[in-house]
Amino acid sequence: MADTEFHLAQVNIGRILGPLDGPVLAGFVAQLPEINALADGAPGFVWRLVDDGGADSTSLRPDDHDDMLLINLSVWESVQALKDFTYRSDHLKVLSRRREWFERLAEHHQAMWWVPAGHLPTTAEAMQRIALLRRHGDGPEAFTFREPHPAPRTNLPTTTAV
Amino acid sequence: MNSGEDEVLDSVAVLGDPVRRRLYQEVVAAAPAAVGRDGAAAAVGISRSLAAFHLDRLVEAGLLAVTYQRLSGRTGPGAGRPAKLYQRAPGERELSLPPRSYDSVARVLADVVDRAGLDLELQSAAREAGARATAGDGPDPVTELRERGYEPYWDESALRLHNCPFRSLAEEFPALICGMNLALIEGLLPGCAGGEGWTAALDPLPEGCCVSLRSEAGAL
Repeated sequence: MADTEFHLAQVNIGRILGPLDGPVLAGFVAQLPEINALADGAPGFVWRLVDDGGADSTSLRPDDHDDMLLINLSVWESVQALKDFTYRSDHLKVLSRRREWFERLAEHHQAMWWVPAGHLPTTAEAMQRIALLRRHGDGPEAFTFREPHPAPRTNLPTTTAV
Repeated sequence: MNSGEDEVLDSVAVLGDPVRRRLYQEVVAAAPAAVGRDGAAAAVGISRSLAAFHLDRLVEAGLLAVTYQRLSGRTGPGAGRPAKLYQRAPGERELSLPPRSYDSVARVLADVVDRAGLDLELQSAAREAGARATAGDGPDPVTELRERGYEPYWDESALRLHNCPFRSLAEEFPALICGMNLALIEGLLPGCAGGEGWTAALDPLPEGCCVSLRSEAGAL
């Protein structure tokens, strides 16, 4: 269910197997405009982080000490909206080829959490959520598709609102 | 014998009646379209009321589900009552005598492959398994996919697959299992009769298998 007061923020980070302008990543880079356009037009899409270039976030590095670490940060109306885009659109084509372009990270490399509608999460905030998941596992403050947590319930009429 | 197994045996027993079984098979084969009583009766060659009786028994057993649609597409007064249509019920049933749990093994193995990041190794193993299965004397691709339970149907020039044979595993490990499934189907094609002109791609709809296929010859 879409929530009007809270939106779902999602971050994933990935270490690329070669430079963005090299042959290993060429297939990934070539598909980026199409996949980003698909996200922008997907039902329930709210916002995604872009760099100064304005097209995508590939020039951002969430870790100053890691030149190969990319970040993808977006906001959706619901877990289902994000899930439909991730697994039930052409995005799945890219996802199924992830190991041609990205290292498998041993630790959690993605996180979801609820933000008040209108709030645009920062890179630092997103990295904190991943750190939270790595330290404490799933919880309402940071979770994954495996165990989604419902949006916080506030400002509801007193008694019987369920 | 546990109660879950009893329940599965009860549903399977409902299919013991040969007329009922043919009705069930007609409804399943028509997917993704739902089937009305008239259509089912005609396909099996029995009266409408006998078909209605058996179809409703299949609903009671949880094997079919009912949906109401106006067949004519008309709405408003004069459009008539919506027709009672049948389609396969959601949910999976598995029966093994004696009990076997290949599913739980598949889950553990998929988890290991996922954690180790072995997507590409899995895809190449699946492609090889597909190639071995048809190995130059497979039937045509549509028949091969039907025999494997994919329930293929033409959607204009694309051959879509109504059933995902790996559904619960694919829901838990979509990137891994959908990529594996595509590689398996790509492996099957060259050994199929007339399979050279075919291509497969990930092209998911809201339901069903995420692979669709195209033939150079177009829809057959």
